[in-house]
Amino acid sequence: MTNRIHPLLIVMTILVYIFLLGPLIIIFGASVSDTTFLAFPPQGLTLHWFENIWEISAFRRTIVTSLQVAFLGTFFALLIGIPAAYALNRHRIYLPGWLSTLFVLPILVPEIVIGFSLLRSVNVGLGAPVFVSLLIGHTLLVLPYVVRVISASLASFDFSIEEAAISLGSLPVKSFFTIVLPNIRAGVIAAFILAFITSINDVSVSLFLTGPGISTLPIQILAHVEQFFDPTVASVSVLLMGLTIIVMVIVERTLGLTIVAK
Amino acid sequence: MNKITGWILSSPATLAVSLFLIIPVAATISFTFTAPGGTFAPYVDFFASGFQRTVLWRTFEIAALTTVISLIFGLLTAFVVSRSPPWMKSVLIVLAVFPLLTGVVVRSFAWLIILGRNGVLNNSLEWLGIIERPLALLYSQTAVVLALIYIFIPLMILVLIGVLENIPDDLLQASASLGASPTKTFIQVILPLATPGLIVGAVLVFTASFTSYATPHLLGGTRQMMMGTFLHQRAMTSFDWVSASTVAAIMVVVIVTTVLVMTRIAKRLNPMAS
Repeated sequence: MTNRIHPLLIVMTILVYIFLLGPLIIIFGASVSDTTFLAFPPQGLTLHWFENIWEISAFRRTIVTSLQVAFLGTFFALLIGIPAAYALNRHRIYLPGWLSTLFVLPILVPEIVIGFSLLRSVNVGLGAPVFVSLLIGHTLLVLPYVVRVISASLASFDFSIEEAAISLGSLPVKSFFTIVLPNIRAGVIAAFILAFITSINDVSVSLFLTGPGISTLPIQILAHVEQFFDPTVASVSVLLMGLTIIVMVIVERTLGLTIVAK
Repeated sequence: MNKITGWILSSPATLAVSLFLIIPVAATISFTFTAPGGTFAPYVDFFASGFQRTVLWRTFEIAALTTVISLIFGLLTAFVVSRSPPWMKSVLIVLAVFPLLTGVVVRSFAWLIILGRNGVLNNSLEWLGIIERPLALLYSQTAVVLALIYIFIPLMILVLIGVLENIPDDLLQASASLGASPTKTFIQVILPLATPGLIVGAVLVFTASFTSYATPHLLGGTRQMMMGTFLHQRAMTSFDWVSASTVAAIMVVVIVTTVLVMTRIAKRLNPMAS
């Protein structure tokens, strides 16, 4: 069957993949150029722009904030998302169908609208500190991924094992932690990684929820590009790509990448 | 007992979504109806302005172009990937997932390096002697569409690989052995079976491009304002929250309508469903 694909289609596919990966290679090249402006191919090689990331305090600060928000936001999303996914699968017959729709609502509503609405209601309306509203925004942003991925792994879990434990006298809470959770470990890892990557790269929700002093890395990148057109941003981008590669290797080792492709 | 447990376990997430999504977004939308000047005044104002109509129309146009081009190339690419040998298929899937996991800012920024005045493209064209002076490629509709295709085509490819993989090889062989040319098989067998997947992919790409911010901001500037960049400008530069909320409300209506209508059509067209 494979040898029957038209050669033109294969050429086109190769071109599409060059289109997909070429720009990322160009960023890499630009990040090591020793010019003070963005250039590709690089004129001379230097790692100066990577050092520059740490020298610019705004980048240092926003990297820390981004990591904090991504870890905490993902943690809170797992904290509320795992019980919700569990309830949806275990107690499905008792719960209305719209509940599962409710948890993916943050994907349906445009992110930029969520960000703006949170700014109006939580930040300005309730007078919440910038960091708190940013954290709320990110928790909400990643919740759908958590509920979906965990639901997918719970769907293939045989709840009769848990029932057996409970009927033998184990407390429901204990049986959840000793029986259910270890069985859906892969799903929890996948949910964590997917949520973390989503949060660290987010622009549209963060856009309205960052303020003077507290900003996230992608927002800082946007601000930096507008003022300076130097290779520092290319270096930051390379770091973010490095993070993505590390994550992909972890996922590949633990679960296989197909889970992300879903 | 079980019923109560189910409700208790799902309540924290329900509460979070209600408090921090439904109520704030509902407040933003209802805010546009309580503005001074009458119930629909902000909407009348929005559509009365030629500039704002242009922004809305441009957003539709850019999102539609992005969707159609991604659909064509995504389908053909996904077809080749889905019919390649297993080892190659996994390599190609990994290569499509990688850009998807790299953030939108990073990937939009890449096009800034490519399309800039001293960018890769201008330099190459000058070096080849095709042009004498750098072309102004940035801040055009083409730049925005190109970058949006770049950003969302992996999504389309991945959705369609999943769909095309489910079409059994036997079916294509049967079609070929009955005398259909590969092109005919593609149009008469593969395309109808892939239609629900194509709709899902199209909805994903359309809604994502329609609501994008970073890409039109970086590559379109103020000249190619789209609904997302316009909302931000209204809220944070003009501090006109009524107008910003109106833009937000229009975006919600467009997206929710698109998703509801298209998923319904996709369900109806699904030949696999009994």
